[in-house]
Amino acid sequence: MWALRAGIGQRAYWALAIGGLALPLLAWIALSASGAVDKVFLPGPADVLARLQTWWVEDGLMGDIAISTWRVVAGWALSAVIALPLGLFIGSYRAVQATLEPLTDFIRYMPAVAFIPLVMLWVGIDESAKVAIIFIGTFFQMVLMVAEDVRRVPMAQIEAAQTMGASQREIIELVIVPSAKPALLDTLRVTMGWAWTYLVVAELVAASSGVGFAILKAQRFLQTDKIFAGILLIGAIGLLMDQGFRWAHRRAFPWMHGRH
Amino acid sequence: MAYIDIHRLGKTFGSGARAVRALESIDLSIGQNEFVTFVGASGCGKSTLLRVIGGLESYDEGSLAVAGTPVSGPGVDRAMVFQHYSLYPWLTVRENIRFCRRLAAHRADSTSADVEAASGRADALVELMGLGHVASAYPNQLSGGMQQRVAIARALMSRPPILLMDEPFGALDAQTREVMHDCIRYVHKLERSTIVFVTHDVDEAIYLGQRVVLMAPRPGRIDTVYDVPLPAVRDQDMKLAPEFLALKREILERIRETSGMKTDLELLKKLNMQSAQAA
Repeated sequence: MWALRAGIGQRAYWALAIGGLALPLLAWIALSASGAVDKVFLPGPADVLARLQTWWVEDGLMGDIAISTWRVVAGWALSAVIALPLGLFIGSYRAVQATLEPLTDFIRYMPAVAFIPLVMLWVGIDESAKVAIIFIGTFFQMVLMVAEDVRRVPMAQIEAAQTMGASQREIIELVIVPSAKPALLDTLRVTMGWAWTYLVVAELVAASSGVGFAILKAQRFLQTDKIFAGILLIGAIGLLMDQGFRWAHRRAFPWMHGRH
Repeated sequence: MAYIDIHRLGKTFGSGARAVRALESIDLSIGQNEFVTFVGASGCGKSTLLRVIGGLESYDEGSLAVAGTPVSGPGVDRAMVFQHYSLYPWLTVRENIRFCRRLAAHRADSTSADVEAASGRADALVELMGLGHVASAYPNQLSGGMQQRVAIARALMSRPPILLMDEPFGALDAQTREVMHDCIRYVHKLERSTIVFVTHDVDEAIYLGQRVVLMAPRPGRIDTVYDVPLPAVRDQDMKLAPEFLALKREILERIRETSGMKTDLELLKKLNMQSAQAA
């Protein structure tokens, strides 16, 4: 069991995975049931579930989820549309890398939250502002990751195509892009997770709906159970999307997941 | 007569104090349908020279011509087989072999007869390399030896007159390697290709080559060219023939002399003396 990197059975894997999720849940139940901590600081699971239900029935939970998901996906998709081709060029041509990579590295260390005043000034306070914050949070990381995925394409794959008489364009289209695709999908999956982490920040900007906004509003009224509900909700949606990406990965790249 | 003509070719990596003389005044003529192997201590420039012939590296001095035309980059007349990681894992074995058909260089003024011929060619190569049962498998489902057979078949697909091989069997186990040796000799005979083959394995160099070119490092240069005194038709038993062993001894000694690894040799001498004393 403790051999380095040794495989464990399918059963053991799932048992441990469920255990890993159940353990903190049980600890939470026990701690809140013991009454040792005030409900304002740590609401119990029952309180959170009840809050989730009233949120759904009276407060438009589904609407909040929909608008938040839309904002996250829009910001993430916008950065993907620009980051994929840009990263492809940074990863393929040293001159583009020299021009753009240090700049991107510089910007990506700037906190997205700090851009809020600027975004409000430049983009305004409507939907596009929220999308812009999520875009700023994900784009610069995404470009660098895409460039790295492209650089990881084995040189031998590229040189083999060169010796077969492939043009630069053919090498990019027929070798680099298909070779990097699985890694690119993984990058999209990871950056989607990051996009969600910027949701609360994005909904700081003059929002009147959304899961992140609900968390911020609950803070004002000290509704700890609602804060819990919102955070858990974001985690659950993220997990669901992550699994979706993994499923797509297995479907799109059967040659990677086949037997060895 | 000379098909690949290399004249006073030189190449330097880097510049200034860090410059490394990778190739120094290389003179070599390789005939059509010849099988030439390159051996030498590491750093002797054998792989660099092969890559220069393949057009993947440039050269600074001298000249290099194939069939009378100066080489200025990769070309469809010179196919290359790499040690590994060159197959396209997202394509099946058959699709890998047919890869060149996706390129404009091979589709130009293609008639329906050409397309049909290409299909037949792919089938023939699948058969030749014994890949019939795995033609629709993906590369990562195959053993290392089979993967290299796919790589060779893919290189042969467009009937290149020249096949450049950069330690293609370096990552294979000894038994698989022997099979591949006879396989590539058969290919050489059947396809009438000119083969330039780089290896660090002296047995391999002698068994495969009609000539063995021994290179030496610092600067990378040709040290000696040996004619292999074996008949055109060869079998594994010849690796034990006296003339084979004599040549092997000669080449190994020369590699040790030229490798410049004095510290290694001294260490070896010391160890030998110690074990003799202990005995």
